[in-house]
Amino acid sequence: MSLLVLTWALNAAQAILGLSMVCATWRVLIGPRAQDRVLSLDSLYVSAMLMLVVYGIQTGRTLYFEAALIIALLGFTSTLALAKFLMRGEVIE
Amino acid sequence: MIAAPDLPPWAAIAVAGLVLAGAAMTLVGSIGLLRFKTFYDRLHPPTLGSSSGTLLIVTASLLCFSVLRTRISVHELLIALFVTLTTPVTFMMLARAALYRDRVEGNDGVPTIDEE
Repeated sequence: MSLLVLTWALNAAQAILGLSMVCATWRVLIGPRAQDRVLSLDSLYVSAMLMLVVYGIQTGRTLYFEAALIIALLGFTSTLALAKFLMRGEVIE
Repeated sequence: MIAAPDLPPWAAIAVAGLVLAGAAMTLVGSIGLLRFKTFYDRLHPPTLGSSSGTLLIVTASLLCFSVLRTRISVHELLIALFVTLTTPVTFMMLARAALYRDRVEGNDGVPTIDEE
């Protein structure tokens, strides 16, 4: 019984996270300016990272945790680089 | 449909609740990102996903693997720590870049510079 609840909840959580990724992607597409697109890209990678963590719970393996950590690291770096680029017009001065 | 890991009932219910709550928080943040009108409003909702959403889902993962392995597993805390530390930095940089761009172009609705 409780396993059925857990299976159902994990699948529902993945669907909800997928929906939030769709919302972020929509904002990437329509975002009127560049900063909106960078912001929604940030939201998109956080949702993707959470999706990987949920998938890791579902399969019971820690392999996906490392992938989620790498997404968090690279997402931070890329958003920072894009913000710097929007500010100055170049990344490394 | 992949079968969920074999957890005792109390842990299964707790993990299910935490995962659903975290996913719902992230969805609320993304809907806010989609619906708010100006960029400075839109800066706020995604932090809902990256603070409480991440914290809830990471707690669920921590609980799940601690019960599965019958020892405390703390490596998930790395994700929570990292996201909590980096999100304010990126959003502040982004807000400053947007402010700079709006002021250079002289757009309306931009927060003004405080005179000392």
